[in-house]
Amino acid sequence: MNSIRALIVDDSSVMRKIVERSLRQAGVELSKVLEAGNGAEALAVLAENQVDLILCDINMPVMDGLEFVKSLSGVGNAKDAPVVMITTEGSESHVVQALSSGAKGYIRKPFTPDQVRERVIPLLAVKA
Amino acid sequence: MSVPSDSVAAENGHQVWLPVLEVAAREVFELMLGCELTTASTPEETDDQLDMTSMVGLAGRLCGVMSIRSSRKAAGLMASKMLGVDPAKVGPETTDAFGEVCNMIAGNFKNKISGLSDGCMLSVPTVITGNDYTLHALADSAGLEVRFLFETMPIVIALQIHS
Repeated sequence: MNSIRALIVDDSSVMRKIVERSLRQAGVELSKVLEAGNGAEALAVLAENQVDLILCDINMPVMDGLEFVKSLSGVGNAKDAPVVMITTEGSESHVVQALSSGAKGYIRKPFTPDQVRERVIPLLAVKA
Repeated sequence: MSVPSDSVAAENGHQVWLPVLEVAAREVFELMLGCELTTASTPEETDDQLDMTSMVGLAGRLCGVMSIRSSRKAAGLMASKMLGVDPAKVGPETTDAFGEVCNMIAGNFKNKISGLSDGCMLSVPTVITGNDYTLHALADSAGLEVRFLFETMPIVIALQIHS
């Protein structure tokens, strides 16, 4: 697997660090890690940077994760990047909403690096 | 673990949720902090040491407040374990980490109860430092509380139920 550029979107800076560490523990080689505290910040990051993978929380201020995923359709720098939601919201309706909005995967908090590996690696493999 | 939300819980005064709350908390600490909580009957006299509180509101089919209380030292240690850094290097991340712990316990708890996962929303966490305050619930409310030792330091996790 090639080294990838990841965008991690979560209003908790601690959680962003945990997600990054979990990706590395899962064996994902990261050439660049970009961070954003909500969906609007993430769109601003994507205006300047191309990414290969997006991991996104749902409950965030300003612009939540579902709205952000819906906003990605016209964003060229994210057109090839699978989106995986990482959230405490574990309801079936949230999963359905996330997947129908364009997310490719869903991980519930609390999570293990193994769960990150199971959900993320296949998406990167498909992309490669 | 999954338990029914309405009838059984109401009949038992929500006490049936107590083991669910305990499991929800244990899982968060094991998976995200890499440590086990020890069940301990810490006396309420030690509550003066608990000078950090994190709260997450629940609204929908269950209305209430989930809270976790600990000392600042314990909260700092939680942050260090979450970040994988030395406790001495943890700074302002402590409140963020402490809020996230409460958020994950609340989410994990509701996701284990049939009917609550879809029908209950969580607020963003609020963290209070200091212990000289009184919580006044606006409705007659039941409460669940579990007490643990986190690396020998007491923590109290509570769910105040409004309806």
